[in-house]
Amino acid sequence: MPFSLLKYGLKNDYPFEKDADLPSPTELKKHYDVIIIGGGGHGVATAYYLAKYHGINNIAILEKGYLGGGNTARNTAVIRSNYLTSEGVKFYKESVDMFQGLSNEFDFNIMYSSRGQLTLAHTDATVRSFRQRTEVNTHFGGKTELIDPQQIQELVPTLNMNPADMPILAGLWHIDGATARHDAVAWGYAKGATQRGVELHQLTEVTDVIVENGKAKGVKTNRGEVSCGCIVQAVAGHSSIVAAMAGIKMPITTYPLQAMVTQPVKPFLDPLVSSSALHCYVQQTGRGEMVFGGGSDPYPLYNTRSTLDLKESLLASAVEMFPFMANLKLMRQWAGITDMTSDYSPIMGLSPVENYYLDAGWGTWGFKSTPICGKSMAELVASGGKVPELIAPFAMDRFDEFRQVNEMGATAASH
Amino acid sequence: MKMMNCPLNGLRNISEFVYGGEVKSMPDHVTCSDKEWADYVFYSENTIRVVMEWWFHSPSGYWFIAERHTASDEILNTYDPSERFNERVEFDSAAAVTEEKRA
Ligand SMILES: Cc1cc2nc3c(=O)[nH]c(=O)nc-3n(C[C@H](O)[C@H](O)[C@H](O)COP(=O)(O)OP(=O)(O)OC[C@H]3O[C@@H](n4cnc5c(N)ncnc54)[C@H](O)[C@@H]3O)c2cc1C
Repeated sequence: MPFSLLKYGLKNDYPFEKDADLPSPTELKKHYDVIIIGGGGHGVATAYYLAKYHGINNIAILEKGYLGGGNTARNTAVIRSNYLTSEGVKFYKESVDMFQGLSNEFDFNIMYSSRGQLTLAHTDATVRSFRQRTEVNTHFGGKTELIDPQQIQELVPTLNMNPADMPILAGLWHIDGATARHDAVAWGYAKGATQRGVELHQLTEVTDVIVENGKAKGVKTNRGEVSCGCIVQAVAGHSSIVAAMAGIKMPITTYPLQAMVTQPVKPFLDPLVSSSALHCYVQQTGRGEMVFGGGSDPYPLYNTRSTLDLKESLLASAVEMFPFMANLKLMRQWAGITDMTSDYSPIMGLSPVENYYLDAGWGTWGFKSTPICGKSMAELVASGGKVPELIAPFAMDRFDEFRQVNEMGATAASH
Repeated sequence: MKMMNCPLNGLRNISEFVYGGEVKSMPDHVTCSDKEWADYVFYSENTIRVVMEWWFHSPSGYWFIAERHTASDEILNTYDPSERFNERVEFDSAAAVTEEKRA
């Protein structure tokens, strides 16, 4: 054993304390300029950009559990911008660009790993939609190509080209596709935000929202009442529940989303691979484990239980794609509860209550948007409610005006 | 596998059923505003408690109502919709009324 390690083991103080730790918990103040409900990636990113770019740091992030313990800790970390609509692609593209610089910006490694994402087409209709996605993505500066079966085989030699008797006709090769360590993203933002004076209050649950004359005035928590200038809610699966405290009804349904991971094996799979027909995506982590994810549970539920049905159907598809994986053992399985909109696009912006801002509807795909969403929400809050152009299409009232941003095909199976 | 009691077919695997949304009262689609219609189509309570829901038994093509807890997933009751709905909604005549209005 190296002696330096032994020396640290016998020391009282942790060697990296000043770098790694968040400030110790404090009492809640009576008033904050901004209250952010939800200490997931989105909440802490919003606080970080408010403090960094807008000089607003009298902020409290109120988190009922622990930092990043919600869907931020549960996602499969796919980062990409190859969506279908112009509104979507433009938005996600900015997020991918921001992700690339985050480790430097935080001076903290978020383990950003740019290995490309490959989505497989098994029908002519899918090939046509891939063609469209390639064009839209390229138009907004993303790197995406349509590739043929031979190129697919060269890229992923272990892939079965005829899974479940559905021959692979083409692939959407998204060169910008990447992953990052999801927890590190939340930690990096939290560190940056708290260093700039933001308060992160864990184990602090918002139990009610105080609204007077149509204006948000403060919140009630398990640690007392706090008043504020404005509120941002970023609570993912609990969006409808928290919004209801402010008297707001949302176009959201909450579904569980499950994922699982195997024992580690030698590296053999570089790109992230997903099949549009089998509703399954497969990736190998830096530690060698295989991660499997797929579609949401078939009906709504506020519960992170695991089901055998999902394991069976998802793994059947995974084994079709990579038959030799049938011998691997599952190590862990988990779920998150996700806030789904009917057009598979998020909800960002104003709400029917003044000074109450919404960051919701991120469903199964919101990790990748953490940087740009935080930055845009910060602009919205700092300007006192002037909606940035980039997020204007994602206002909640799009449902009242029947102008949804339909991303279903581009979202459902590859997150 | 989780089971559900279909009022028509008895206890069946949950995978035979399709979820159809919360039971909500439908506004009059001829006279209601766009906002009221959007509210009916897109918005929902989506809360944690026992909720009355539409379910569909897919192999037999049968719609019914279930009362289910949205966190424990306990299904407390299932019954035929006739227990709640006894009037037929005529969409055809409504369409005709709208056409008339347009003309
Ligand atoms: C299995 C799975 C796989 C996924 N895969 C991907 C992927 O590959 N790529 C991708 O981009 N996205 C993916 N997602 C989606 C992504 O994880 C989420 O959209 C994203 O993490 C949302 O971030 P958030 O900060 O808004 O929410 P969260 O990280 O869930 O944070 C919300 C926080 O709010 C807190 N909260 C709730 N109610 C209250 C209250 N009353 N008071 C105080 N705090 C409260 C919660 O405790 C939670 O910590 C996946 C999700 C799941 C579940």
